[in-house]
Amino acid sequence: MAEPATERPLPAWSRPAGSTESLALPTEWPGRVTREWAWGGSTGKGVRVCILDSGIEAAHPLVGELAGAVAVEVGDDDEVSVVEDAEGDLCGHGTACAGIVRSLAPDCELFSVRVLGAGFTGSGTALLEGLRWAVDQGFHVINMSLSTTKSKFAGLLHEAADRAYFRRSVLVASAHNMPVESYPWRFSSVISVGSHEEREAETFFYNPSPPVEFFARGVDVEVAWLGGARARSTGNSFATPHMSGICALILGKHPELTPFQLKSALYLTATNVEGLGD
Amino acid sequence: MTDDRLRAAVATGVLASEDAHRALLQATVEVARAIFRAKASSVLLYDEVTDELVFEAVAGEGSETLVGERLPSSTGIGGWVLVTRQPIVLDDVSKDARFAEDAAKKTGYLPKGLMCVPLIHEEEPLGVLYVLDRPQEIRFSLEEMELLGLFGNQAAIALDLLRKARRARAVLDDAGTDAALLARVAENLEGLDGERRAAGVDLLRSLEALFS
Repeated sequence: MAEPATERPLPAWSRPAGSTESLALPTEWPGRVTREWAWGGSTGKGVRVCILDSGIEAAHPLVGELAGAVAVEVGDDDEVSVVEDAEGDLCGHGTACAGIVRSLAPDCELFSVRVLGAGFTGSGTALLEGLRWAVDQGFHVINMSLSTTKSKFAGLLHEAADRAYFRRSVLVASAHNMPVESYPWRFSSVISVGSHEEREAETFFYNPSPPVEFFARGVDVEVAWLGGARARSTGNSFATPHMSGICALILGKHPELTPFQLKSALYLTATNVEGLGD
Repeated sequence: MTDDRLRAAVATGVLASEDAHRALLQATVEVARAIFRAKASSVLLYDEVTDELVFEAVAGEGSETLVGERLPSSTGIGGWVLVTRQPIVLDDVSKDARFAEDAAKKTGYLPKGLMCVPLIHEEEPLGVLYVLDRPQEIRFSLEEMELLGLFGNQAAIALDLLRKARRARAVLDDAGTDAALLARVAENLEGLDGERRAAGVDLLRSLEALFS
């Protein structure tokens, strides 16, 4: 997979006199950012979306073809390896998330990174290493409908989330809907997602009272499930792939956007900000 | 032995029993089942020794057979919820779906829908709470999700107490330790009444004076 062209030689935090012309944006932003400008006509083509989850059932009618699948294995002494994954989905959840992204961005490339199955004791390590691996691969969007409450992983996950941010991998993470401290959704470098009860897949709201930044469709969603089947599902973990899908649409049309710009575009096109939604 | 374990052993021996905590957990699943008008509800505890989920309390379908049964800790829906700390609700699962297979094989009962929430206490997931087959005609709402979370908190506290009681019991059962001796004395004293109890308390006061 190609390296994203974002890590330039240092220094990058100051500008010599006369060099500001190199700060020109590759795309001109319109006076008013609309959904039509942001993702009108986009199918997510060219965007690589990683589903960090329980695996994905390939060839499910709602998922289609996968661009690849790996599993994070945790051995004795927390030794980690990332291997080709032929197990598919160990739960159904990853398949559900993949189907939601596909429904919004039909031409995006879907890639599965399975972090489930290493036993509970290895699960924090699998989650962290899965994320690090995904960031290394330069995926444009990383869907994390999961979290950990273990504070010992918080610092390392924060580092990985910031690294993703500066490498232009957009990390979309489920907020917790229980009153517990968990990560990585609380970090400001990720796009954190909770649920609303509306029925439209492209309806999403900006939350002016973070830490949850956006609310997307997460109640009574028809999803793909194991065995080529379907189910109706509820939870922030299903709202998250809706935002991932919308991110894929925007990046399909504007691949040059940084995570900061993408988040700005999301803000400006949120249902409660743009209002009309074109 | 640490002071914490000693305190836990003695306090638990005196104040509570594993049976009482199990009853609290059972009451929690009974209420969860009633509130959601579900066919069954259960609590599974994570067993860190075997890295599995164990059925601890079951109300409704499976209540006769499931307690003590085990599931893998990181596969299936329960495993996903435990590992990811995210609650999940599924309804209208297609008949042919591979779904909750492990539990279904053990009960002969295949749910059409379920709710599953992690039981988290002081950043540690202790297990999961299942509610199976609430009425399908009622559309799920975020309010219900909050209610489910509240039940989860209650069940987590009950599960934590049960776990501590078992650890304390293990200390008590380890007859060779000084703490076990003290805890047994405290437990036996609690079982006495009338003159024998008063005499026991007098004796312990004398011992306390002797050792201080």
